[in-house]
Amino acid sequence: MKTARNFTFRMLMILFAIPVLAGKNPDRIPRMDFDTFESLLHKDNDTLYIVNFWATWCKPCVKELPDFEKIRTEYNGQKVSVLLVSLDFPNKHEELLIPFVDKNNLQSEVIHLIDVDANKWIDKVSSSWSGAIPATLIYKGEFRKFHEGQMSYEELKTIVESEK
Amino acid sequence: MKKLMLLIALLIAGVMTFAQEYATSGYEVGDTARDFLLKNVDGTMVAMADFPDARGFIVIFTCNHCPYSKAYEDRIIALDKKYKFKGYPVLAINPNDSVLVPEDSFSFMQVRAKEKGFTFPYLYDAGQKVYREYGAKRTPHVFLLEKKNVESPAANGRTNKEDVYIVRYIGAIDNNHTDAGKADEKYVEMAVDALISGNNPDPDFTKAIGCTIKDRAFINK
Repeated sequence: MKTARNFTFRMLMILFAIPVLAGKNPDRIPRMDFDTFESLLHKDNDTLYIVNFWATWCKPCVKELPDFEKIRTEYNGQKVSVLLVSLDFPNKHEELLIPFVDKNNLQSEVIHLIDVDANKWIDKVSSSWSGAIPATLIYKGEFRKFHEGQMSYEELKTIVESEK
Repeated sequence: MKKLMLLIALLIAGVMTFAQEYATSGYEVGDTARDFLLKNVDGTMVAMADFPDARGFIVIFTCNHCPYSKAYEDRIIALDKKYKFKGYPVLAINPNDSVLVPEDSFSFMQVRAKEKGFTFPYLYDAGQKVYREYGAKRTPHVFLLEKKNVESPAANGRTNKEDVYIVRYIGAIDNNHTDAGKADEKYVEMAVDALISGNNPDPDFTKAIGCTIKDRAFINK
């Protein structure tokens, strides 16, 4: 009897798990090394790109994420694009990053930069970047502005307004 | 007269701005680093001058809460064990404001040092002056110093001998924060080995991703 109940329970668990697993595409947050990612820092068109480097464990990063989301919403339909580049540890993709993006319902595009050899690529984002996060690169064509540390909504908005 | 006062005021403001800029710009390789006197987790005050036998120091700005710092804790202990007896002990300094990060308070530093069995002093930069002067930007951030005994002119016309600390490497511990076994460029080990064998570290400057140093003076700037 006990075995039978266990069996039923297991079958039910599996049945419930199928739609959950099917609904979640594990690759919806692309994982990239820097070579793949680098082209996203040099798109040459008339869109203003806001590229924010963050991580789920980084408190000042998490604090400013809503401002980036707000900018994305406000300029929806205009040539302003927000890209959130997670620097979470590569092995925390499923454990931390995906649940965080779901829980906070992040609408901006998120990618997971999993290239640990940071000394090789930090200068390619900006030579003025020490490597501390949060950090934000805003660019459009020849215009490039890099900011290390938290940004206020007002600062962000001012730049977007003058450069979009 | 008013113009003169204004000029003086502007001059003072200018000097202060300059002093502030200077203080936050930090050290570069080749600069002379200043000694410090900071409280260790055992309650004693520690300065580099307390280590007469040291040939230099692996100064590491690190903290309790930052995942990058945590990921490197075992490697920092290993560095100390390997190089203490070769004359290059680790001195770890927590630069964070504990009002902003309670987990980085002095009492939690004591807990962490005990839990992990730190073999090195774990010092609290309570006034946040040391990290600013050194120019630490993130945790963990290494400043490798070499001690030199140099002659300096004394008041009576003679010369005094004094220890100075020359910055020889600034940067990351190695090139893989997630897996020590996969780090194939152990920057700090390479740099200390170079100094021990009388060579210049190469590279002498590297970058890494890390946590910002939590300082109320620079919040939202």
